[in-house]
Amino acid sequence: MRIICPFCGERELGEFTYLGDAKPVRPAADAGEDAVYDYVYLRDNIAGVMDENWYHGGGCRAWLKVTRNTLTHEISGVEAAAGAGARQVAK
Amino acid sequence: MKYSIFSLARAALSGHKNWQRTWRDAAPKDRYDVVIIGGGGHGLATAWFLASEFGMKNVAVLEKGWIGSGNAGRNTTIIRSNYGLPGNTGFYELSMKLWERMEQDLNYNAMVSQRGVLNLYHSDAQRDAYARRGNTMRINGIDAELLDQPALKKMLPFLNFDHARFPVQGGLLQRRGGTARHDAVAWGYAHAASELGVDIIQNCEVTGFVRDANGKVTGVETSRGRIGAGKVGMAVAGSSSRVADMAGLRLPIESHVLQAFVSEAIKPLIPGVMTFGAGHFYVSQSDKGGLVFGGDIDGYNSYAQRGNLPVMEDVCEGGMAIIPMIGRVRLLRQWGGIMDMSMDGSPIIDKTPVDGLYLNAGWCYGGFKATPGSGLVFAHLIARDESHKEAARFRLDRFRTGAVIDEKGQGAQPNLH
Amino acid sequence: MTSHRLSSGGLIDRSAPLNFRFDGKSYSGFKGDTLASALVANGVKLVGRSFKYHRPRGILTAGSEEPNALIELRSGARREPNTKATTAELYEGLEAASQNRWPSLNFDVMSVNQLFAPIFVAGFYYKTFMWPAKFWEAIYEPAIRRAAGLGRAAGIADPDYYDKAWAHYDVLIAGSGPTGLAAALAAGRTGARVILCEEDFTPGGRLIADGGTIDGMPAAEWLSRTLAELGSLPDVRIMTRTTLFGVYDGGTYGAIERVNDHVPSPPEHQVRQRLWRIVAKRCVVAAGALERPIVFAGNDAPGVMMASAMRSYIARYAAAPAKRMALFTNNEDGWRTVETALGAGLQVAAVIDARAEISPAHRSLASKGGFPVLHGSVSGIDGGKNGVRKISVSLTGGARAEVEADGLAVSGGWNPTVGLTSYHRGRPKWRDDIAAFVPDGAPPGMVAAGAANGAFGLGACLREGFAAGVTAARDAGHGNGSGSTPVADDEAFSLTPLWHVAGKGKAFVDQQHDVTASDIELAQREGFESVEHLKRYTTLGMATDQGKTSNVAGLAIMAAVTGKSIPETGTTIYRPPYVPVAIGAFAGHHRDETFHATRLTPSHHWAAEQGAIFVDTGLWKRAQWYPRAGEKDWLESVTREVKAVRGGVGFCDVSTLGKIDVHGADAGAFLDRVYINTFSNLAVGKARYGLMLREDGIVYDDGTTSRLAEDHYFLTTTTAKAGLVMQHLEFCRQVLFPELDVQLTSVSDQWAQFSIAGPKTRDLLKEIVDPSEDLSNEGFPFMGAREVALRGGVKARLFRISFSGEMAFEISVPARYGEAMARNLMIAGHPFGVTPYGTEALGVMRIEKGHVAGPELSGTTTAADLGLGKMMSTKKDFIGRVMAGREALIAADRQVVVGIKPTDKARRLRSGAHIIPKGQTPGPDNDQGYVTSVCFSPTSDHWIGLALVERGRERIGEIVHAHDPLRGEDYDVEICNPVFYDPDGGRQRG
Repeated sequence: MRIICPFCGERELGEFTYLGDAKPVRPAADAGEDAVYDYVYLRDNIAGVMDENWYHGGGCRAWLKVTRNTLTHEISGVEAAAGAGARQVAK
Repeated sequence: MKYSIFSLARAALSGHKNWQRTWRDAAPKDRYDVVIIGGGGHGLATAWFLASEFGMKNVAVLEKGWIGSGNAGRNTTIIRSNYGLPGNTGFYELSMKLWERMEQDLNYNAMVSQRGVLNLYHSDAQRDAYARRGNTMRINGIDAELLDQPALKKMLPFLNFDHARFPVQGGLLQRRGGTARHDAVAWGYAHAASELGVDIIQNCEVTGFVRDANGKVTGVETSRGRIGAGKVGMAVAGSSSRVADMAGLRLPIESHVLQAFVSEAIKPLIPGVMTFGAGHFYVSQSDKGGLVFGGDIDGYNSYAQRGNLPVMEDVCEGGMAIIPMIGRVRLLRQWGGIMDMSMDGSPIIDKTPVDGLYLNAGWCYGGFKATPGSGLVFAHLIARDESHKEAARFRLDRFRTGAVIDEKGQGAQPNLH
Repeated sequence: MTSHRLSSGGLIDRSAPLNFRFDGKSYSGFKGDTLASALVANGVKLVGRSFKYHRPRGILTAGSEEPNALIELRSGARREPNTKATTAELYEGLEAASQNRWPSLNFDVMSVNQLFAPIFVAGFYYKTFMWPAKFWEAIYEPAIRRAAGLGRAAGIADPDYYDKAWAHYDVLIAGSGPTGLAAALAAGRTGARVILCEEDFTPGGRLIADGGTIDGMPAAEWLSRTLAELGSLPDVRIMTRTTLFGVYDGGTYGAIERVNDHVPSPPEHQVRQRLWRIVAKRCVVAAGALERPIVFAGNDAPGVMMASAMRSYIARYAAAPAKRMALFTNNEDGWRTVETALGAGLQVAAVIDARAEISPAHRSLASKGGFPVLHGSVSGIDGGKNGVRKISVSLTGGARAEVEADGLAVSGGWNPTVGLTSYHRGRPKWRDDIAAFVPDGAPPGMVAAGAANGAFGLGACLREGFAAGVTAARDAGHGNGSGSTPVADDEAFSLTPLWHVAGKGKAFVDQQHDVTASDIELAQREGFESVEHLKRYTTLGMATDQGKTSNVAGLAIMAAVTGKSIPETGTTIYRPPYVPVAIGAFAGHHRDETFHATRLTPSHHWAAEQGAIFVDTGLWKRAQWYPRAGEKDWLESVTREVKAVRGGVGFCDVSTLGKIDVHGADAGAFLDRVYINTFSNLAVGKARYGLMLREDGIVYDDGTTSRLAEDHYFLTTTTAKAGLVMQHLEFCRQVLFPELDVQLTSVSDQWAQFSIAGPKTRDLLKEIVDPSEDLSNEGFPFMGAREVALRGGVKARLFRISFSGEMAFEISVPARYGEAMARNLMIAGHPFGVTPYGTEALGVMRIEKGHVAGPELSGTTTAADLGLGKMMSTKKDFIGRVMAGREALIAADRQVVVGIKPTDKARRLRSGAHIIPKGQTPGPDNDQGYVTSVCFSPTSDHWIGLALVERGRERIGEIVHAHDPLRGEDYDVEICNPVFYDPDGGRQRG
């Protein structure tokens, strides 16, 4: 697989680390145990196209949201995580 | 038909024209007491134990393709019971004991070969972890030995002792571990189960569950029509999430690809099963002569049944690092299977929240060695509606309660188990 | 001249004779020969023995699809089993030996197996060898293992080197036959970057042996012109001896280049083989087709050869496999071999053609050549291990005939090479018109052309290849090139499918694995009728050739017995690699000491000068202890180091800790979310111990984090988790909490860090730090942290933290000063008896102090298990908070960290021993924990340890049993407080 990092360009699979499904959202502090259990443990485990968290540890250290087909490994989209890249700090 | 050297010799006289099918080619009936989804090793073993141990013979095994065509036929054939945590330890030893009598149970030679499983260690910390595990095994009545470097040099003189990046210090050995002929396990269970009346139905894909007004599962919809069932057991590791989804269940499981490799056949080189402790590599040599080896999963969710080069290189690097004599041996074939990676690296054998539906899943890449044990405990669960004592910890709700069985200590990240 | 070498012709270099040995006997050949062609030229027919029956076998093909002519090439550490004689290039002094025979190829005792052939049918072993049970491992299996296998691996380390490389191209072409060359021309002329891989050592593919006319010139001339033009294009690269073996995701391809297999051994500093990872926007598979056999009784006899192979030996190598050959064909193409043989002055005994109609041209060829054309099939071979003598023919209509010949060429038609296009689990489709499978789609970016796509005529190959090249270049972003499609005629294609000639005698489908047509029928009878079952039950197609010449015939026979069509029967899944690849090539330089990278600490070279013993910690080499003259073992050295620290001052390089700068207005808020304790309220200039959990509530990592400024924290991790914690924190920052104003910078490699510990630490530091810095207990209290100037002006970070329990500091200097710092500490510390200490002494002191480390942070322990439960803030959310509250994680009977000491003070403790209640017989139900860490405590003067024990904190003072059956030890230990040394912490605060 080759992933087009928005910061570094197209790079080889070996530079990236996989975390998993990007869909689950970390529950709010008061969401309760069931919601957190669901977030931590349950997975849709999609056979098809899913959004995933990948880390460009062998490059710019950005977390990326990669849209990929688990049946074919075809990658159809890559975007940087919301907090990736340098933050503009107001002076 | 009884298999033996005598029946073979007799058959030879008639040009082998009189052999019957190894298992009957059954057409689906309208209804069974138990329907097992999945004609892999686990599903077939479950059916055989239902029939032989629990007297339930009105059983069907439904297989979407050909029996044994999933992970039962795509693994590295290792059997062992060298686990360290309660829940796993007893279960895998139960399975090991069933391996030891499999040929006689089934009248089929699955070539169970106890040539030993050796885990190498390369640091004091690894030695201590193996000591802990080996002691657990001994306390549970399982054989285990801790070897030091001189013992290893005698046993496996070809290991890289002189130029290792991470020198081998010793190993944890289970002599009763070894390998079995993977395809023959599926065929053997099919053969024996079929003799007891179990219907093995190939090319029969389950497409949905039939539920009554209370939500209880009363049958399955299949590509060969509706089949009624008193109880339905799922043994479809690799596809567990997809099948469970038909019943509205989400599982603590991800599907990952595990690659494995076999070399050209060569004369005997490596005696037993060996795992490298400082890289991702394990190997054994098949009776046919090929080195059968593998390493880590690729690490990303996949249903593609094939992997990529980085892991292939990583595995071969590990192999060369520890056994530098295999450099000129050629890799013949690579393949990939879909692993049911659970959230703690251990399996799930439990009732589901859906009445009448039983789950056998989450085997990660350890399902082959579990085959007979899994069959027995799953049959027990289905027949008696309670867990076998050696499977009592494989509960679905353990993730909710926190009673996980995490041998590697990696937590809820399946690709690290 | 050798017996079967033709007097002229071929691509061999007759001016370069080469000597070689096969099974100890000397022969000669020429440069340009393969081992197989040289053996053919020497009249050698018997080359190997089959896997199961040890039947004599010769050479069947002239390429990498060879099932029979496998040999052990070279000797000693370079011995390569199962090498195909058909692809091994001849070199001076080549040594080869036949394999899988004893005592000799000519007289193989194991051929007795043929007598048992009636019993040794497919799958016979599943039905027997079961009684008595214990005989399997003891007797049956060892015998089977010895008999199985083919060649012998070297058994000693491979002395050669392998390399791995990347290549990036617009267009990748597999194969240099007419299709591949036309594609390369078309793509290359557009300016596209083109790489062409050819497994042979000479480009040209079938053009070399089969010739033809292209653009009005002889094929050889067109070939050399084309190669010259391609050579002149700067961005076209042709790689011979290079096989494209696999296709992976994202347009990544694997290829193996045999750099130095054609010489006796690689020249100095050169590699044997190189693994290429080729990234290409487009790939044209021009890998051609493989001729397929017809299965008939005796078809495995030495001297029976594929028709195309026979003309390769004649035309390319000027070697005659037979002087009076016969041809058995079901198609037009096989006749080319007759033409080639006649052209070389060889005799043709007969052509056995299974078709009803034969072209007038061939009829007249037969009458001109004076040989009969027999309509029918070959039904048997009379011959021995040294070749064919007589061929039995069943004529159409039932009569029989015999043909006297010394070789039989066989052509059953051609199978397109569908491997590469099918490696993404694609299944090829059946084409009735050519009775063959062709690609049905391909992985993204790949297309098949020419014979690999079922276009068998030369003109068609050139057209398809050229068109594919144009399209590939255009898709890769290049415009039109110049020139037009090379033109050639298309040969007539006429084939009547014939897979199996029924009859008496063993008819082999998979020759290497001795799978016969009757084995396939037996498999069907027993229910193994799916192709995957067929393969696994009979081992059809699982040999080193992966069934290149046998799979299609096998499934055709299965189709015939089941009454299904061939496409209904289907194919098995195609798997890479296309040809077997040396494991060493996939490893490259990652072996021996360079298996993984080695990380050295900033003071490594200084420590080495001191004679330090190093230990591997992940990729790091760390000083484990510093032996001194006269010390008898590691324990004596380590004990000395500990005493020196506790009684004076010592230092240790702790640069391997992960170090992360956390900047930003929300840095404190961020740390509050990732640690269980609070950091936003940490004062500037202070350090605090922090613990982080995984989201499942289990401890992930620990370390001290200091606040250097309002918006700047300096976080440390354990050595083991340095990279993983960085990844985790970046995930928290970028994905979970993007709203926070915080930045992370890994500075692990930027700072050299030393722990300086012992009551004289301050004395030593005063010699290093600028006198203006206040190091007094008031000016730099315990858990203080700030930047300081060193004497000479270098800025350092100084932290008053202690792992040893002593009065201690950790000091960070820019990594380039690390070694100088170690040297300066030795000089400045000389008056105080400064002692460098290693990781062992570090570990001893942390156990004495009851600090948890790797063995306790096992990935299954909670904060409370480690005695750190009170650190969990109840006033804020943090990673792992909710799941840490699950019932099993707060259960009263969890195993928690305690200290242990032996009741017999002379007793050595060992990690990994289990804790059993005293007086009980060990068993699963009373296995209450285990020993995690042990050391000899110089301070206590006996061994001490930490253990995880059920309800341990309630059991302080209880005597329990340490059970260690693995090492044959059993002894009593007392559960105690884990802090063995200075429990009130006065020394570190003093």
